[in-house]
Amino acid sequence: MLEIKDLHVHYGAIYALKGISLTVDDGELVSLIGANGAGKTTTLHTISGLLTASSGEVLLDGENIQKIPANTIIQKGMAHVPEGRHVFARMTVEENLRMGAYIIRDQKRIADNLEKVYGHFPRLKERRRQLAGTLSGGEQQMLATGRALMTDPKILLMDEPSMGLSPILVKEIFSIIQTLHESGITILLVEQNAKMALGVSDRAYVLETGKISMEGSAAELAADDRVRKAYLGA
Amino acid sequence: MKKNGIGRRYLINFIATAVFFILALVVCGNGGSRMKLSVVPSIWQCCYLIIMAASLNLVLGFLGQLSLGHCGFMAVGAYSAALISLAFQRAGFYEEKSGVAFLLVLLLSIVAAGVLAALLGVLVGIPALRLKGDYLAIITLGFGMIIVNVINNIPFCGQQGLGQGSASSALYATGLGFSNDEKVQYLWVALLAVILCLSLMFMFVRSKYGRAIRSIRDNEIASESSGVNVNYYKVLTFTVSAFFAGVTGALYACSNAALATTSFAFTNGSILNSVFIVVMVVVGGMGSLTGSVIAAVVLFLLNYTIKNGAWVAALPAFLQNVFTYPMLVYSIALIIVIVFRPKGIMGSSEFALCDIPKWKGWLQQYFASRKAGKEELRHE
Repeated sequence: MLEIKDLHVHYGAIYALKGISLTVDDGELVSLIGANGAGKTTTLHTISGLLTASSGEVLLDGENIQKIPANTIIQKGMAHVPEGRHVFARMTVEENLRMGAYIIRDQKRIADNLEKVYGHFPRLKERRRQLAGTLSGGEQQMLATGRALMTDPKILLMDEPSMGLSPILVKEIFSIIQTLHESGITILLVEQNAKMALGVSDRAYVLETGKISMEGSAAELAADDRVRKAYLGA
Repeated sequence: MKKNGIGRRYLINFIATAVFFILALVVCGNGGSRMKLSVVPSIWQCCYLIIMAASLNLVLGFLGQLSLGHCGFMAVGAYSAALISLAFQRAGFYEEKSGVAFLLVLLLSIVAAGVLAALLGVLVGIPALRLKGDYLAIITLGFGMIIVNVINNIPFCGQQGLGQGSASSALYATGLGFSNDEKVQYLWVALLAVILCLSLMFMFVRSKYGRAIRSIRDNEIASESSGVNVNYYKVLTFTVSAFFAGVTGALYACSNAALATTSFAFTNGSILNSVFIVVMVVVGGMGSLTGSVIAAVVLFLLNYTIKNGAWVAALPAFLQNVFTYPMLVYSIALIIVIVFRPKGIMGSSEFALCDIPKWKGWLQQYFASRKAGKEELRHE
């Protein structure tokens, strides 16, 4: 479904991604793990069009979407949950979700999707009239995820969903990710929490200073000595 | 059920507005000389300050971008309206400021002032809105100054021509500039303009566009990944805001016999200054149109009493000296608001007649939540 070929990205003089290639097949949950500054968020931002690559291709179902601006990529069926709970703080929960369906004109479809999202996240339904800025960290992460689901995306890009959450909430978020995955959504997950990420993924890539250093099935990587030492604290 | 509720709200608002409109016209039309000499001209001033503050709120409160050159658009609107009406008058289209011919010209110059300012808004907005925060503020500040200087050097704007700009002189806007009698006669124009402009702005921020714009304010990245064309909406809002500033300019041209660029300059100490308009928006509440209306009226009254109030003369000498610099008073007012109510008078909520019965409940809820908050602190 998603294929990235030899992607190079520069931030001014900084060489952030030095030739990355990865693939995500239909229905797969693939995670991209790595330390701070390895280029995980840069990768996601480049895929979703927020950044432009210096060279390389991003293929979604065979179509090169590298040059397409971020606000039209969502129409191709790719939704992005940005890092750090980017919710619209001064809008209500429901307005946030409706913003997620911004590109949909059909009111009935919006209402259906809203019900679907409330089904995934009953807590959001309880708080639908509340301002998003007053939600707890975990709820904001749910809201950001729910907002991305409002367009029925084919593929969901998730950036550090566990960032800044308590261990209990991290577990909750990951069980939600697993549920989404089981319901058939393709997911590309970027995570620093390698243990949790490898626990739910089918396959994974390890990113180190702008390059992919290892790849394989999640179980393989979780058993690999280097990964265990560097990311799993074993 | 829900639809009927909304319909009733609109009906109530419409009736209330109509009653207010007619009442204001009747009272002002039958007042004595005091009404004619001070109240009605003040209402005119209030009218353009209200539209000005509300239109800046679109950019500052709803889009979340600081623009310090809003009076530049007003200047463009004022000069276009004055020049257009002057051209028609000189062509002999009308003599006296009455009759259908004059009303047509008036309408044309108000609309044209808005459109010209909006065009300039697009031109300035496209490059300027690529910047954010402080940089945008500096660019717009520069724009406000440039406009004044450009007008200062145009001969047909009543100036002496290129290179003579520093000695600015006035443009006698005889085509529009109303006398006090005419201000009473045409008060309906100003009030109607306020009502129409506010309604349009209100519809704009409540529409799908409005939601997209507020999403940009809250979070640009999330907004863009939801499919909102951020740059397009930024320029659109800037343009709409400039349009209304242009309309304001036309009203300004109506209420002043002569236009001078110094009244739009950044350095002028009157209430009409881009920074004071920002103060109004902040005091009223960023993201609340009714807040802007309230703040514009309150600050105007403050300005008026400082300048004309008899109580000022009764104050000790040093306070009187302070009051000769109204700017100082506004800054103090701004500091007080920022300290005690940082979100402004209205925050981001709107005043609605239909909500008055709910006020009691809201107050109870507010005190209950405060009490709960204190209890929580105690437990910790």
